[in-house]
Amino acid sequence: MTQEAATAAEKKPNPIVPFMKLPEKYPDEPAYLWGVVCKSCNAKYLGARTACGNCGSTGPFEKTRFGDEGEIYSFAVVHQTVPGLEAPYVAAIVDLDDGVSVRANVYGLDISKPGPEWFGKRVKMFTEKVRVDREGNDIIAAKFKVTDGK
Amino acid sequence: MRDVAVVGATMLKFGRYPDKDVVTLASEAAIGALKDATCSIKDVEIVVSGNLYQSNAMIGQRIMKEIGATGVPVVNVANACATGSTAFREAWMAVASGAYDVAMAIGSEQMGKMGLLGADGASREYSTEGVMGTGLMPGVFGQAGVEHMRKYGTTQEQFAKVAVKNHKHSVNNPYAQYQIETPLEDVLNARPIAWPNTLYMCCPTGDGAAAAVLMSAEKAKQFTQKPIWVAASVLTSDPYTPRNPTMFDINTVTRIAAKEAYEKAGIGPEDLSQVELHDCFATAELLHYENLQLCGEGEAGRMIDEGATYVGGKIPVNASGGLLSKGHPLGATGVANIVEIVWHLRGEAGARQVEGSKVGLAHVIGLGSACTINILKK
Repeated sequence: MTQEAATAAEKKPNPIVPFMKLPEKYPDEPAYLWGVVCKSCNAKYLGARTACGNCGSTGPFEKTRFGDEGEIYSFAVVHQTVPGLEAPYVAAIVDLDDGVSVRANVYGLDISKPGPEWFGKRVKMFTEKVRVDREGNDIIAAKFKVTDGK
Repeated sequence: MRDVAVVGATMLKFGRYPDKDVVTLASEAAIGALKDATCSIKDVEIVVSGNLYQSNAMIGQRIMKEIGATGVPVVNVANACATGSTAFREAWMAVASGAYDVAMAIGSEQMGKMGLLGADGASREYSTEGVMGTGLMPGVFGQAGVEHMRKYGTTQEQFAKVAVKNHKHSVNNPYAQYQIETPLEDVLNARPIAWPNTLYMCCPTGDGAAAAVLMSAEKAKQFTQKPIWVAASVLTSDPYTPRNPTMFDINTVTRIAAKEAYEKAGIGPEDLSQVELHDCFATAELLHYENLQLCGEGEAGRMIDEGATYVGGKIPVNASGGLLSKGHPLGATGVANIVEIVWHLRGEAGARQVEGSKVGLAHVIGLGSACTINILKK
């Protein structure tokens, strides 16, 4: 279906990754990240699993909704990127308080001064439309902003 | 497992070869290795071809059609940046197992003008690049270096010193894509690619090929007076660690490979004369000092400060100039690292020769992840 052919009624926002859930009433209800916990070894994963990469157990897995806060574990400031993207951006590894890590763009930092003071910065998730797919659906990404001192 | 000797080894100068195709490059390397081994393609009983972008197009067989299609088994191998070294290990296993007496490993790649990132545009609608972090290598290895900063207080300047050292070494390596010294100030002031890595702290993409001929001990006697022995050939994949693969764990996969390689070779890191390790980015090299047990935990920054890894230092690392200078044509890299060690052990490394080299370690990592460690000795 072309973008023109998609009617407003057919269009729906889609998460950019399978481990993000957009509720029926999004954006009135916030999006969230989800995953599973291995009941055998307690390993936590973003999204669904066929089996546990840690202990090999095929289940059961407990589905869980992850909270939207965490802190910066590591990062890089990407200056050279693929065509069509704005740079520089802070590409971080965010450790969520609920025990999983996620790749994330982090905003609210002085990008000209990367350094050790960024470690452990508290961050909170927000969502943003980043693109429209070929069927005219909005593509929604999870991003993080620094909340330290706020 | 039987003893296996490297009898023939060669590489082409890495660089850009717009007038040649990748089969030609690979064939030149293969013929070079056969000549070096003083044998012919008719002596080779199995061929393993490492090439990342052409492994789905039977490149090994295309090479054989160019250099002598003898009907022997040909295996095409792909294992990210560890593609060439995985091909070498498969060739080693073929001989070590007793199944074959003569094997050839060929590594090749033609990246042309794929650019620094080796990546195309954000053409996939649902690509997360730049909107949910990064999966591009400069950023991924930047994050790995920054993790080391977090743990041990390592500085960007210490990472930059890796580039200074390797580019200095490269001046003596005619096989390197770039042979340009880069003083510390130039490295730090170069265009940032993914902080903390600047341009001179990132390996270039390019074209290249390398090949090695491996033989059983008995067979090797017929062809050479100077066999180089494979003391250990190890391949690992990345075990579970909680942040992986959100954050690729380049450390654990190398640590388990190093432990196994030292055990199999019956030596320790203190017995090494030199190391060629996978410095795809300057940040990676310091991490691997610790991963390969060249120093203690958290001591890598001090090790580069003290200049211990220069040629002439306590343990020379990347006498070739490393991937940072030599280039990183993916499938060729792993074989070329081994060729470099072979040349040093034979005393044929020219102006960059590590004097009296007796035991060398070649380390390669491919993200997603694979690690190979080959320990070679006289």
